[in-house]
Amino acid sequence: MILDGKCPKGPIQTSWDRHRFDLKLVNPANKRKYKVLVVGTGLAGGAAAATLGELGYNVEAFCYQDSARRAHSIAAQGGINAAKNYPNDGDSIYRLFYDTIKGGDFRAREADVWRLAQVSNNIIDQCVAQGVPFARDYAGYLDNRSFGGAQVSRTFYARGQTGQQLLLGAYSALSRQVKAGTVKLFARTEMLDLVVVDGEAKGITVRDLITGEIRTHVGDAVVLCTGGYVNVFYLSTNAMGCSVTANWRAHKKGAFFANPCYTQIHPTCIPQHGEHQSKLTLMSESLRNDGRCWAPKKKGDNRHPNDIPEDERDYYLERKYPSFGNLAPRDIASRAAKEQCDDGRGVGPGGRGVNLDFSDAIKRVGEHTIRERYGNLFEMYEKITDENAYKQPMRMYPAPHYSMGGLWVDYNCESNVPGLFVLGEANFSVHGANRLGASALMQGLADGYFVIPYTIANYLAKTKPGTVKADHPECKKSVEDVKAYNNRLLNINGKRTVSEFHRELGKIMWENVGMARSEESLKDAIKRIPALREEFWKNVKVTGKGEELNQQLENAGRVADFLEFGELMAKDALHRNESCGGHFRVEHQMPDGEAKRDDENYCYVGAWEFKGVDKEPELHKEPLTFENVHLAVRSYK
Amino acid sequence: MNLTLHVWRQSGPNQPGKLEQYDAKNVSPDQSFLEMLDEVNEELIKEGKDPIVFDHDCREGICGMCSQVINGVPHGGQERTTVCQLHMRNFNDGDTIYIEPWRALAFPIVKDLIVDRSGLEKIMQAGGYTSCHTGGVADGNAILVPKVDADYAMDAAECIGCGACVAACPNGSAMLYTSAKVAQLAALPQGKAEAAQRVCAMTDAMQEAGFGNCSNHYECQAACPKGINVKFIARLNREYQKSLFK
Repeated sequence: MILDGKCPKGPIQTSWDRHRFDLKLVNPANKRKYKVLVVGTGLAGGAAAATLGELGYNVEAFCYQDSARRAHSIAAQGGINAAKNYPNDGDSIYRLFYDTIKGGDFRAREADVWRLAQVSNNIIDQCVAQGVPFARDYAGYLDNRSFGGAQVSRTFYARGQTGQQLLLGAYSALSRQVKAGTVKLFARTEMLDLVVVDGEAKGITVRDLITGEIRTHVGDAVVLCTGGYVNVFYLSTNAMGCSVTANWRAHKKGAFFANPCYTQIHPTCIPQHGEHQSKLTLMSESLRNDGRCWAPKKKGDNRHPNDIPEDERDYYLERKYPSFGNLAPRDIASRAAKEQCDDGRGVGPGGRGVNLDFSDAIKRVGEHTIRERYGNLFEMYEKITDENAYKQPMRMYPAPHYSMGGLWVDYNCESNVPGLFVLGEANFSVHGANRLGASALMQGLADGYFVIPYTIANYLAKTKPGTVKADHPECKKSVEDVKAYNNRLLNINGKRTVSEFHRELGKIMWENVGMARSEESLKDAIKRIPALREEFWKNVKVTGKGEELNQQLENAGRVADFLEFGELMAKDALHRNESCGGHFRVEHQMPDGEAKRDDENYCYVGAWEFKGVDKEPELHKEPLTFENVHLAVRSYK
Repeated sequence: MNLTLHVWRQSGPNQPGKLEQYDAKNVSPDQSFLEMLDEVNEELIKEGKDPIVFDHDCREGICGMCSQVINGVPHGGQERTTVCQLHMRNFNDGDTIYIEPWRALAFPIVKDLIVDRSGLEKIMQAGGYTSCHTGGVADGNAILVPKVDADYAMDAAECIGCGACVAACPNGSAMLYTSAKVAQLAALPQGKAEAAQRVCAMTDAMQEAGFGNCSNHYECQAACPKGINVKFIARLNREYQKSLFK
């Protein structure tokens, strides 16, 4: 099937404005008759639930954490992009649009990206009005810093906790709506199934994580804001509870999964230190404003980094990409770091690390200024590694961080299942094959505050409210199915724990479907994942009961989904016989090692249809056309 | 290193609980505290026993989910550190460690080390926001915010809502938590318009949710993993007094 993204035609500059006018509206008195279910309360979900509630819709919001303030958006450190051009350094909506398309290695839809760039400015205004304490200069104006993949300073920030502050802004707007009675919040509640009635999304089945109760919530539309899937690698920068579960269960009910092989491996994370490790910690890309990446020129150089003289250091990003230098985009910076380590010039235990050095910046602007800019990051680094980065370089290594792929959506953020909308990291829409730094926060809030309020009305206006009730046979069936699935997990009573399986899957994924992929490695993964899945269903041990707080059962369900999803990810990576952005196939590279795209054959979105576990998924394509940006070889040299 | 743990086990809110003893063997100093507990749990699962349940999520000290009292101190006593960021190199071989949940009247125990912190939500819902609508707001630079005010607001806004302040307070007060939000918004021009209603509504909600009052012990500041300063409580009191004359 050829998919249609339903993008507006005509000049891109006015595309969103024209589209907004063409969308149907729901009259204010009718809005409260519609119930909208919003799953996830990160930037996308929190903003969507608050805004839809404010508009007068009857909203129910769900999160697995104990509070809507804890979603992993909170961990974003560096900042949020907007095309304000306050520094007068040449930014514009067009430039943000261009940088994002190019940064994504020409694998995103032009119209969606244009809209994102256009509403980026509204986001900053909105957050300021909410009381988000963005950094200001001494005159009281908003301050900016630079991020990778851009030659302008367009990133707004709140110390090293921008995600936290933006999320707390959305959370406060949400809290206001809870008080107003327009939003009902269900914390410690996890979505485990999508209820589809006559082909349309009409509800979700959830598990109350305290009591274990399985129940269905019905609504007139469902909005998934359930984040990304890089915990499939086991070790990632995501929170422990982040999973593909909500998206995967929706996928199993018919929603197409687009570009699952596009995963972002973030260049600056604290290297792994042991087998027992449960997660990896990211150090903000903003550090590359002042930190210089280098590796020793000599192989196996074990000297303390401070003892290696200047002329024996290879500032490899500055050498390879003189015009962007240390601010090369993430996929490129990650591969460059891996290249140094593969060459035997890595630092730290196991040689899997490169230096991020602040000594020049400290000499230039003083330790005080560096402390003011990144104090909390240096503190966090010291807690984890016991090393003082004011005195010696940080050690960094790439780690799984973000997923550009996600459920397929059209220009309205609606999936191929009518009534099912997908926002933020959970969808695939704007980042192409590589996301630029400080763009995730932008997308989450753009979708939640400024896109879904318009586009959902277009669907609801065509729908009669309240047609499906909780006693509908599809609801009952969904509850029974989820109960049966959980009971199956509880009754295996095997010998290996859930996290043992997760670690093993993660190892397969990292080694075969990680930063460098080959036909051989992918075929190996496609062979090994089903075998591991089979063992899981025979030999996993989940203690306790279903009708109680049971963290083992929660994790077992999530890992079971990763064991299915990982296979799709490998299949997508195998089918995409080109390199682009974060998807690097070793067979396809330029003589200098850069990713080599194949626009003739792969300039499309690959969206997969679920056909059953252990059955071949079906690929549907949405061709990508570039009318405003010329398809070109991406260069940061 | 090898450690002896005494962990609070309680099967439900109205069930009796008690400290149970576990051994943590071959602990690496580079492990985080929660990774140490993960391994204890792996052993328990293999023995067919119920693992210890505890709240955790981001494991990088920002989501505010983790909540354990370690040797009598919320988050374990390392300055400005959450449990998830506490590393085992701060302990010694042979140590005995006591692990308990947050203890406060307003935080009923759900199970083992997990408590119900929904009281904090009620305080936020009472007024922890500016009543701006989505869209239709002024340009971000239309109202200038002096850097000192923006920095002051950011100092307060760093609160992660973990509730350690409540757990540390002999009165079980949520005053530091409440004051951080009151002070942040009162310091910014965007939040000033509603400052008086906000401080009254939030302090009322705090009392209704069963939190105690402040009697200047300052335990909250000592336990706060973000180092939120008690000066914000003074600010809250000042805002409260001002509201009485409005």
